Amino acid sequence: MTLKKTASAAHFDDRRMEAMMGRLLQAGVLLASTLVLVGGVLYLKMHADTAVNYRTFTDEATSLRYPDRLIGLLKQGDPAAIVQLGILLLIATPVARVAFAVIGFAIERDRLYIVVSLIVLVVLIFGLLH
Amino acid sequence: MPLLLFTSLVFTGSFVAGLLGALTGLGGGVVLVPLLTLVFHVDIRYAIGASLISVIATSSGAAAAYVREGFSSVRIGMFLEVATTIGAVFGAYLATRVPTHALAIVFGVVLLYSAWLSWQQTRHPATPSTTRNPWSDRLRMSGSYPDGSGGQCNYTVDRIPAGFATMFGAGTLSGLLGIGSGAVKVLAMDRVMRIPFKVSTTTSNFMIGVTAAASAGIYLQRGYINPGLAFPVMLGVLAGSLLGARFLVRARVSMLRNIFTVVILALGVEMIVNGWMGRS
Repeated sequence: MTLKKTASAAHFDDRRMEAMMGRLLQAGVLLASTLVLVGGVLYLKMHADTAVNYRTFTDEATSLRYPDRLIGLLKQGDPAAIVQLGILLLIATPVARVAFAVIGFAIERDRLYIVVSLIVLVVLIFGLLH
Repeated sequence: MPLLLFTSLVFTGSFVAGLLGALTGLGGGVVLVPLLTLVFHVDIRYAIGASLISVIATSSGAAAAYVREGFSSVRIGMFLEVATTIGAVFGAYLATRVPTHALAIVFGVVLLYSAWLSWQQTRHPATPSTTRNPWSDRLRMSGSYPDGSGGQCNYTVDRIPAGFATMFGAGTLSGLLGIGSGAVKVLAMDRVMRIPFKVSTTTSNFMIGVTAAASAGIYLQRGYINPGLAFPVMLGVLAGSLLGARFLVRARVSMLRNIFTVVILALGVEMIVNGWMGRS
C-alpha cells in the first residue's frame, strides 16, 4: 500500500475514498454479471432453436423498459427480465460511485467537490429518468 | 441463424474485441459496433446499445486494479465528469434523432480518427507542463502519483476550459455511438490539460463508466438495449478485457497495436462506405 499523505494516512482521504469506490464498482459488476449470466443461460435454454433477427429494429419488449412491469416479469421467472435486472444493476453501479463521492467529499468537508459531484449525480438521474 | 449459434459467435467476437481492446489500450467498444453491424448484420441501434452496456462493465470491472496502482485522481475525474455526462445525455438524445446511415458514417469517421491517434501515440511522447496554472490549485486538481521508486511525483493541470470542452465532445460521442471514447478523454487530459499520461489513462477509465451510465437510461427507454444481444456482448467483452489487462504487463504490444490500427482503419472505411450507400 502506498501512503499518500503521511500526516493523514490513518484518516479518510482521496486515496481511501478511491479504494472504497474501486471495491464498490467491483462488487457491483460481479453481482450484475452473475445475474446476466444466469438470465442469459436460461434465455438460451428457452429459445435455443429460435431464429434470431436483430437486422430490423423494433420497438418491442416494452415491458422490459419500465421497472414496474419488469418486477411482474421477474416474479414469473422470465429469463430476459433477469438479464435486464442485471443490466439495470450494472448501470446503477457508476451512479452509486458518484453518490458515494458526495458522501466522501462531505467527510473531507470539501464544499467545492460536494457541489461538483452533486451536479454529476443530478445529470445522471436526469438521464435515467428522462 | 439459430439463437444458440448466434450467441456463441457473438460471445467469441466480443471476447476477442475486449482482449484486443485491453491489450492495445484502445478499448473494445470501438471495434464492437462495426463487428456487430458489418459481420453479424445487427441494426446499429441494437449494436450501440449492447456496446454501451459492455463499456460500463469493462470500466467498473477494471476499477479496483487501477485504484491499487494509485495513479487515478478522483477530483480531476469528478470535475470533468460534469462535462462528459452532460455531453452523454446530449449525445444519446442526438442518437435517437439522427438517421442510422448518418450514425454509421460518424462512427466510421471516429474509427479513422482513432486509428490516426493510435499511430501518433507511438511516435510522440507527451510534453509535461512547464507553467503553473493558478486554477489548478484553486480547483484542487493538482496532485501527485507514485514515481516507481518510492517517491511522489507532483503535477498540475493546465488549460482547464479547453479540456472541459473536449470532454463535452467525448461525452457526446460516447452517448451518440455507445462507445467509451477513452481515446478522446485521454487526449483531453494528456494533450490538452497536460496531465501525466498514467494519471490520464487511469482517471479516464473511471470516467468512461459514469459517462456511459448517463446515456444508458435514454437507450433503455428507446429500446436500444436488447437483453438477448446485450448478454453475450457484455460477458464476452468483460471476460476478454479482464484477461487482456492481466497479460498487459508482460506482452509487448507495439506489433499488436499496429495490426489493430490497420483493422480499425479498414472497419472505418467500410462503415463509411456502407453508411453512404445506405446499407446500414
